[in-house]
Amino acid sequence: MTELLQYVANGLVSGGIYAIVAVGFITIYNVSKVINLAQGEFLMLGGMVTVALIGMNLPYGLAALLAILAVTVIGIIMQKYIIAYVKKANPISLIILTIGISTLIRGIASFIWGKDAFSLAPITTNEPISFGGVTIATQSVWILAAVLIVLLLLWYLMEKTILGKKINACSINPMAARLMGISPTKMSMLAFAISGATGAIAGIVIAPLNVTSYDIGVLLGIKGFSAAILGGLGNPLGAAVAAFLLGIVESLGAGYVSSGMKDAIAFLVLIGMLLVKPSGLFGERSVGKGGL
Amino acid sequence: MEKAILKVDNITARYGPVEVLHGITMQVNEGEIVSLLGANGAGKTTLLNCICGLHSAKQGKIWFRDTDITGIPAELVVPRGMAHVPERRQIFSTLTVEDNLWLGASHRMPKTSKKEIAKEMQTVYERFPILAERKWQLGGTLSGGQQQMLAIGRALLSRPQLLLLDEPSLGLAPLIAKEILTIVQEIRSQWGTTVLLVEQNARAALAISDRAYVLSTGEVMLEGTAEEISNDPRVQSAYLGHSHKAV
Repeated sequence: MTELLQYVANGLVSGGIYAIVAVGFITIYNVSKVINLAQGEFLMLGGMVTVALIGMNLPYGLAALLAILAVTVIGIIMQKYIIAYVKKANPISLIILTIGISTLIRGIASFIWGKDAFSLAPITTNEPISFGGVTIATQSVWILAAVLIVLLLLWYLMEKTILGKKINACSINPMAARLMGISPTKMSMLAFAISGATGAIAGIVIAPLNVTSYDIGVLLGIKGFSAAILGGLGNPLGAAVAAFLLGIVESLGAGYVSSGMKDAIAFLVLIGMLLVKPSGLFGERSVGKGGL
Repeated sequence: MEKAILKVDNITARYGPVEVLHGITMQVNEGEIVSLLGANGAGKTTLLNCICGLHSAKQGKIWFRDTDITGIPAELVVPRGMAHVPERRQIFSTLTVEDNLWLGASHRMPKTSKKEIAKEMQTVYERFPILAERKWQLGGTLSGGQQQMLAIGRALLSRPQLLLLDEPSLGLAPLIAKEILTIVQEIRSQWGTTVLLVEQNARAALAISDRAYVLSTGEVMLEGTAEEISNDPRVQSAYLGHSHKAV
């Protein structure tokens, strides 16, 4: 029983990170119909830039803040000068373009920082916390707290503010949104900025638990993408739930089967699930006549 | 001489290599209801889309309230005081009625306070009680006529000086269609909004219009007061169905 709880706790932590990546995918996808396969690089950059800035003797908090800002700006640049620039391209070309961008970012990162792994000190202490026989790193608590705060803020933004409604409007009907004076291009830029910022936060909080290096974005990106698909692409809440499930399944697999099989088990579950329910666990909503 | 709120000067428009508007010149004066009539494919919707900036005209100029708005995209034209209720309404079907209305006013925020807009929303709800009744329902679950009311209400919340309406009675039962046109009249008298109306139902449109333009294959075939147009034999035979001899 304790063992099970331990695995679930571990799963929640990695699931939380996947959730941020998945919600990042969906935020961009909903507004621009682009699947941004460079999403994982946002995490890598968040961690690596923080490490680099701390190396330049900046205090932890400031370094993290600057890293988040930097990645946000990179997200904006990516949308403004690459994605929006080739607006007429079809979504498939845009997706391939994002693969190119991700390779480019990875290349630049390995050029600047080399191929070594770096570690980042935990936000507070290395001491693990244990309750009821379950032991988790203090950093894991920080991760979960950060994830929950990010997800709550995003939920609030999208559901409760006019800005969120504008972003939603662009994803539902871009033409009608323009007639409300909303610019889909601007909203898409905002989506990239949000994904950049949240991705960077995830990358920073997870760095102390694992090591960070130029290529950690690949697997994290794929896991987050899987969660986004599993949740039914288009539905942030579904994606978050799916991400936590993915994290837990993965952790159970690693614990009860074999830790070497961790990733394989996660993807097996994904494939199995999609065979049974191709629209994902929580497929896109569609209502009535959709405007006639 | 009346003051023009909208001037369209010799514009042409194309979809790919096909030119669909061949030099349209027209004008809407402040406080008028002007109808754009014509058969399917005459270019009415394209003309409206050019005016509001959804489609960019190839040549010619468009003036709105003495400003040249040619080539300015829709999202920047709308905040200048022009609202467009597009063909097939285009409401946000997965958002609630209330959210649809908020979005109509969204470009005026935060300049206009939330409270102020909520007050205006109340007047819209008073005019369309059915929307108030269903304010928490998703837009897509409304009937066609209710969706049209929602689309009009949403446009009104952007406080337009000029309202473009593209076939508001399309696909509606005759009684509802009639009600929608009555609403158009009321909008003008209550809010002082100028209206440019595209309608298939020429007779009904002319009944509430001051003037009208008849488009035919991308050109202005005829223009005049509603009365002149109604009495024109060509219009009568083609659109009003008074005579069945001519086509």
